[in-house]
Amino acid sequence: MSLELKNLTKRDGANTLIYDTSLLFEPRSFNVLLGTTLAGKTTLMQLIAGIQKPTSGQIFFRGADATKTSVQKRNVSMVYQQFINYPNYNVYDNIASPLRVAGMDSKEIERRVGMAAELLRLGPMLKRKPSELSGGQQQRTAIARALVKDSDLILLDEPLANLDYKLREELRDELPKIFADRDAIVVYATTEPSEALLFGGNTATMHEGRITQFGPTSTSYRRPQDLITAQVFSEPPMNTAKIEKRGSDIHIFDNKKWPVGAAGKNLRDGHYTIGIRPHNIAPFKNGKTIGSFRASVIVTEISGSESVIHAQVNGQTWISQSHGIHAMPIGSNTELFVDLDQSLFFDEKGRLVS
Amino acid sequence: MAKISIENLRHSYISEPSRDEDYVLKKLSIDWQDGGAYALLGPSGCGKTTLLNIISGLLVPSDGTIKFDGKDVTRASPEERNIAQVFQFPVIYDTMTVYDNLAFPLRNRGLAESKIDPRVKEIAAMLDLTATLHNRASGLTADGKQKISLGRGLVRSDVSAIMFDEPLTVIDPHLKWQLRSKLKELHQRTKRTMIYVTHDQTEALTFADQVVLMNNGEIVQQGTPVELFEKPHHTFVGHFIGSPGMNILPCEVKGGKAFFAGQIVDAENTKQVTSSHSKLEIGVRPEFVTFAKNGIEADVVKVSDAGRFRIVETHADGSSIKLLVPENESVPTGKVKLAFDKSHTQIYANDWLVGQAR
Repeated sequence: MSLELKNLTKRDGANTLIYDTSLLFEPRSFNVLLGTTLAGKTTLMQLIAGIQKPTSGQIFFRGADATKTSVQKRNVSMVYQQFINYPNYNVYDNIASPLRVAGMDSKEIERRVGMAAELLRLGPMLKRKPSELSGGQQQRTAIARALVKDSDLILLDEPLANLDYKLREELRDELPKIFADRDAIVVYATTEPSEALLFGGNTATMHEGRITQFGPTSTSYRRPQDLITAQVFSEPPMNTAKIEKRGSDIHIFDNKKWPVGAAGKNLRDGHYTIGIRPHNIAPFKNGKTIGSFRASVIVTEISGSESVIHAQVNGQTWISQSHGIHAMPIGSNTELFVDLDQSLFFDEKGRLVS
Repeated sequence: MAKISIENLRHSYISEPSRDEDYVLKKLSIDWQDGGAYALLGPSGCGKTTLLNIISGLLVPSDGTIKFDGKDVTRASPEERNIAQVFQFPVIYDTMTVYDNLAFPLRNRGLAESKIDPRVKEIAAMLDLTATLHNRASGLTADGKQKISLGRGLVRSDVSAIMFDEPLTVIDPHLKWQLRSKLKELHQRTKRTMIYVTHDQTEALTFADQVVLMNNGEIVQQGTPVELFEKPHHTFVGHFIGSPGMNILPCEVKGGKAFFAGQIVDAENTKQVTSSHSKLEIGVRPEFVTFAKNGIEADVVKVSDAGRFRIVETHADGSSIKLLVPENESVPTGKVKLAFDKSHTQIYANDWLVGQAR
């Protein structure tokens, strides 16, 4: 199974929901669609599923034009953020429902439901109604129903968003394993960069109806080709500032001078935007090429092992995320250190240059 | 603002509860000081919402008392208790301006406009809403609306406490960072008593000075985020706090030494283990495990990228041991040896930390 989108667009009246989008999903691949709410993730998935029709462009399944194929004939499974189950069916019948619709014989249905239930640890709950299940169990039932038929394409639209934190962590670990042995393309939409990273596979970052980058997840994260991708793929948000590179120095914040570091050493002199991830800024020296600045503390957030310091410099808030417990009173003036070997440089058009 | 004391509270939704299982809250006591930032943390179904409803006065508990500044309010109505609440979904009036939304709780109490105006402007400034004060609320995004909900909770200076029930659930991750730090900043500036209810450990740890962790209707541990992280009193705390949670390994203690898979493990509290302890386990967080020349033999089975670090899963004698490796360090493959930081390695008996008074 391969899936290709060619020059797909979707307009709703005067609004463009999806701008010219071309993507090729490889057979058996796990693909993450990463973007904020309203970036267009759900619309794009509905176009792929056939629930919505594109305004222009084509969709190819196994090389054949499927743009006009109805949703029923596309052999697609979809799981939504709001888990949907039949309230009057028990778990077994909920999972079995797509197979019954397809007219499969009851022995085969039993075998498949049993396998899906085992994978998703629903074995002891097969006789229960959805109302007798926890939220996590209800969502696992919905996922099992998506798995039970041999879909060519499995679309998951923020399926873990409504679940408890710890359950999310557990399912995040299990989902890629569940899909690993299937001859299907998986597309998984999320708003969370950390989720995309942990899944690995490929990531398409999305912003205001456009795919900004598509490729191996680690590449999109470490080598974002533009500033928007870098920002979509940074949590906490990436720190940015206008700088001038002159010789072996970076000039920043009116009159501050930093060494350029490994990342920018081949850069032509000129004006750029520097991008620094919060974990490359600390209230202590860390790294080989260091720049420092003083900032006024807005607030510090301390988890068990890390400190996040929000501090203001030149009217802009900077975020530092570092190891250890560093409590600082509001309004105090602190020195922060930047590991410049890890920074990113973007040109005036926001393209990554180094 | 008030000090809130909860004493021997129990609650059951059954009319004549008899067994322990009949109670959704099982005898708990909490003391929250005036002006503190507290979090009530636990998985779905742990009883935190029931507790919240009892504190706000929507529910009368089966047993026990609640006191605000020493005064018994167990049977007092929500109005008498004077608590402001912020919910998961924004509760605002779409047809009103941002200004009128913020002024509403004060006008409702009959405050003079001359007193309302400076108060509304002060709160708007804190929440960066000054520029949009005269816009209609209906045009705002989800996080903009939730900011107004926060503002409405904060605007009255006479409330006993402000309670937040999963206030950031519907907010996108990058805006969550902004709103959460805003809330923390507002707490430090206003010194209101704030109670934050959540299932999300990151939100609880970063917001609160004191966290109450609940499970199955009981408090498992109360403490600062650092205490809960570094010294979990129960394996559930180790698992629930931290991402990934604590590694829990079967253990044997012989001749004053702890063993895992036949190899000695130095733990902080080995000496306190006695023959009366059963189901012994070693608890060590992934943050305190490193690759070493000598140590526990294990096989690397999975490496997951988490951005600034990688989560490495290893298997040793049938147990899974996870560790964190910084982004710029290499991860060995195949057979490895692991060392545990002794000062952060603890022994548990029947899930409870050995040597810790309960």
